[in-house]
Amino acid sequence: MTEACLEIENLTIGYQTPGGLLEAVRDVSLKAASRESFGLVGESGSGKTTLALGAMDYLAANGRILGGRVSLHGCKISGLPSKEMYRIWGRKIGMVYQNPATAMNPSLTIGRQLAETARIHQQISKAAAQKKAIAMLAKVAMPEPETVADRFPHQLSGGMLQRCVIAMGLINNPALLILDEPTTALDVTTQAVVLDLVTDLKQEFDSAILYITHDLAVVAKICDRIGVMYAGQLMEVGNTRDLFKEPLHPYTLSLLGCVPHFEPGGKKHSLASIPGLIPRLDELPPGCIFAPRCRFVQDRCRASRPVLQPAQPGHQTACLRWRELPGNAGPAGDERSDQRSADAPVVLEIKALNKHFSPLQTLLAIRRQNKKKIKAVNGVSIKVRKGDTLGIVGESGCGKTTLVRTIIGLLAPTSGKLVMDNQQLGSLTADRPRTVIKKLQMVFQNPDASLNPRRTVAEAIQRPMALLRQIDRKQIAGRTRELMKAVNLPVSYYHRFPGELSGGEKQRVAIARAFAADPELILLDEPLSALDVSVQASLINLLFDLQKKNNATYLFISHDLAAVQHISDWIAVMYLGRIVEWGRADEVFAPPYHPYTEALLSAIPIADPDVKQQNIRLEGSVPGAMDIPCGCSFHTRCPRKVGTICETDKPPWRKGPGKSRISCHIPENELIQLQAEAIRFASSQEGA
Amino acid sequence: MGRFILRRLGFVLLTLLASSMLIFVATQILPGDVAKMILGRFATPEALANLRAELGLNRPLVIQYGSWLINFVQGDWGISLSTDNPVMALVFSRLRNSAMLALVAFAMYVPLGIILGLLAALRRNSLIDQAISIGSLSFIGLPEFVTGVILITIFSLKLHWFPASSAIAPDATFLEALPRLVLPAITVSLVSLAYITRMTRASTVEVLQTDYVRTAYLKGLRPYQVIFFHVLRNALLPTVTVVAIGIGWLIGGLIVTESLFSYPGLGRLLLFAIQRQDLPLIQATTMLLVVIFSLSNLTADIIYAYLNPRIRYQ
Repeated sequence: MTEACLEIENLTIGYQTPGGLLEAVRDVSLKAASRESFGLVGESGSGKTTLALGAMDYLAANGRILGGRVSLHGCKISGLPSKEMYRIWGRKIGMVYQNPATAMNPSLTIGRQLAETARIHQQISKAAAQKKAIAMLAKVAMPEPETVADRFPHQLSGGMLQRCVIAMGLINNPALLILDEPTTALDVTTQAVVLDLVTDLKQEFDSAILYITHDLAVVAKICDRIGVMYAGQLMEVGNTRDLFKEPLHPYTLSLLGCVPHFEPGGKKHSLASIPGLIPRLDELPPGCIFAPRCRFVQDRCRASRPVLQPAQPGHQTACLRWRELPGNAGPAGDERSDQRSADAPVVLEIKALNKHFSPLQTLLAIRRQNKKKIKAVNGVSIKVRKGDTLGIVGESGCGKTTLVRTIIGLLAPTSGKLVMDNQQLGSLTADRPRTVIKKLQMVFQNPDASLNPRRTVAEAIQRPMALLRQIDRKQIAGRTRELMKAVNLPVSYYHRFPGELSGGEKQRVAIARAFAADPELILLDEPLSALDVSVQASLINLLFDLQKKNNATYLFISHDLAAVQHISDWIAVMYLGRIVEWGRADEVFAPPYHPYTEALLSAIPIADPDVKQQNIRLEGSVPGAMDIPCGCSFHTRCPRKVGTICETDKPPWRKGPGKSRISCHIPENELIQLQAEAIRFASSQEGA
Repeated sequence: MGRFILRRLGFVLLTLLASSMLIFVATQILPGDVAKMILGRFATPEALANLRAELGLNRPLVIQYGSWLINFVQGDWGISLSTDNPVMALVFSRLRNSAMLALVAFAMYVPLGIILGLLAALRRNSLIDQAISIGSLSFIGLPEFVTGVILITIFSLKLHWFPASSAIAPDATFLEALPRLVLPAITVSLVSLAYITRMTRASTVEVLQTDYVRTAYLKGLRPYQVIFFHVLRNALLPTVTVVAIGIGWLIGGLIVTESLFSYPGLGRLLLFAIQRQDLPLIQATTMLLVVIFSLSNLTADIIYAYLNPRIRYQ
């Protein structure tokens, strides 16, 4: 390795809390050279952000560095007086944040905020700084940098804003650029663009990059070296390939097993999950901190805490038994068969469903208001069969959440029908008899918000039973315990309040509550996206098991292609309120696909550094649902647009593989050819 | 921006039209009518009927309202019944006095409130913060007639620093009037000062916790630069609205305070007009107060839009 640019040695960071001093980061050492990107991976609560902010000496009032040192190019920067730090922040260290929309001052122009960063540290005139800001915007591949410099943050999309923040971080050519979950708040197609940009900038600037994320797939794509953090400690450090191919720590191994592998057509496996929870900082086990959750634990692991030490060249691990680990053998769980009969009865049929919103009308604006409508859901027709999972994927703003809210009756459809058991559903829950409400239950994205904090676990689960089912009172308690067991919640949680539960446990309560009514169809609206990977994996497994046992039917909404692909039997891809492609799970993601599906597939990061993907990037952002483009709504961003026909005519449905259907002007034979060529091209690029 | 101001201006005109109707109807409901007031209690029915016909009081209400409004807009505000002077001249001379008082009050409480609020927010949970918070809370609870009386007792009766009465000559210049303006100005200021302090503190605390303030620090800006360039501009947004609403408070406070200090302003004139049932005077004064209130809100909207690009570019 070349000379280290960032060097962190034995850094320990603590927070003073009412319960005493908690060490959130313990004895962490790492190095990153210029032009090298070091990925810091870990679940929430692992201390990765604390480590990054601690390295910059920017901690909350109750936090402080308890030991160790941080240096940049050999100069110690930890423990300096704050006056000195003003010269390091922004000049030696640039930072990019999770949410670009809040990281920029809403009332100043982009150009001014960038120029300011340059002017603090360089003796240049206002005009020169402004020029530099525009040049920086051009370097981050911003279209029309002069115009963008005069814009305010609210006028830009999330992806564009994140590029501005990256430009701001790099404007003084810092020695170190810290990126803290820079793509977590972005859509998958935007994420791909930002990741490409970071990869390109690595070549152009000399900065070392510290990349913090929870997403293993993202680090696989852009990092040279990776450190895996767990409860404040580094468990394993190694080169990206080594770490993915031959992980030397059980925690890394388990994390890799939790990630749903994207392999359409492949056999499906249940995911590995990690039992238990990350330990609280005040209740760390005496030996190896991962021992209580480890598959390979032995008595000596519990005796003393192992330290991070070199195992192989450039590869360190904090596991005593690394020689005996099995290696990353791929999906660890059992294979599962998901052959279902195609002629199961239809549970729910959605017929030409539309949901349009009128924009807010103000008193004086009524006259001017033309009849523009926000068309959130635009003629969706689809069937859900008994015992199946229908997955709906799409980026934010595609109308998937509006669709489920309309199905469950929280919103009244503008037109179209919902048919269940040959019976048309009333438009709102208020119009539906309880027998119908019982048939449709929902699990929401954020369990913190969907569970009443003043109701115990048992009360939450019993509510639908008491309200919607004819159950003898005496049976309710017993049935509650059964449900809790079914979702793997200890019965001791019976009288607990949601506040005492972890995020994953709360979501289990929400799932138990949905099952309590014994519904015919469960709507799952991004039920996993607020949770950590290990928790996601265990919930995916749980949903499978429950489905198998109860022959339950799911409608699963997500932006996560891998999770949808993993869990669904049928998949519909949505764009701007329309379904553009649907079919069996393995067929939708096999060529030929809709150009939009193709772009999504090429954008998802894959947790395997060896997999090379096509390089399709979508221009611009999703158009607003108020100005849906005419003809094919995807034509404004479609890389495969054939001509004016895309702008004028609604595309016909074409046959895809098997039973799938694609809404596109390009005939299926041509699509097959085009996409096969693209894949050949991508692999030839790789060889060269 | 121009479009935005025009739209706001449209709203102001609508508001004024609606309030003029309310004011007119309200003054119609008052007991007694103008004719009776002019001729006195012992007037004969014939004389009353003649005068009513002469003044147009037997026309339909809508017509009366229409002609009143047209006259008002054209600057013909009528003759005061109790003083026989033209209403307009009377109102404007008092408006000048009230404006002087309001200006002194405004110049005291707005900057002071912002500074105190900022100080409390920057030194959150310190002794200063607690003192400011408790102080402002207690002032919000105190009505003007209480603070006014306390101020008079201390500063004029005990210390003799300022006169207890603020009765100034009708043509007194601003500098001549200034010593007599201090106590009433403090009296009307205190409640608004407390509100502005609390609002500034709350919004500054909020802004200090935003991501973009962290961004600003990690750019390498000095704390004073962060506060001046990044915090203040966003933290003052809610304050601007409170200041505008505060002008409503100021007007309400003037009625009490001017009476307490015998200060010849608009508030006292309104009170006088109500006591005498001087309808033209009541109508003109209230209408003028509505205009002032609407215009100050309009100004606040424009400043808000200037500070907040999300509004400006709608």
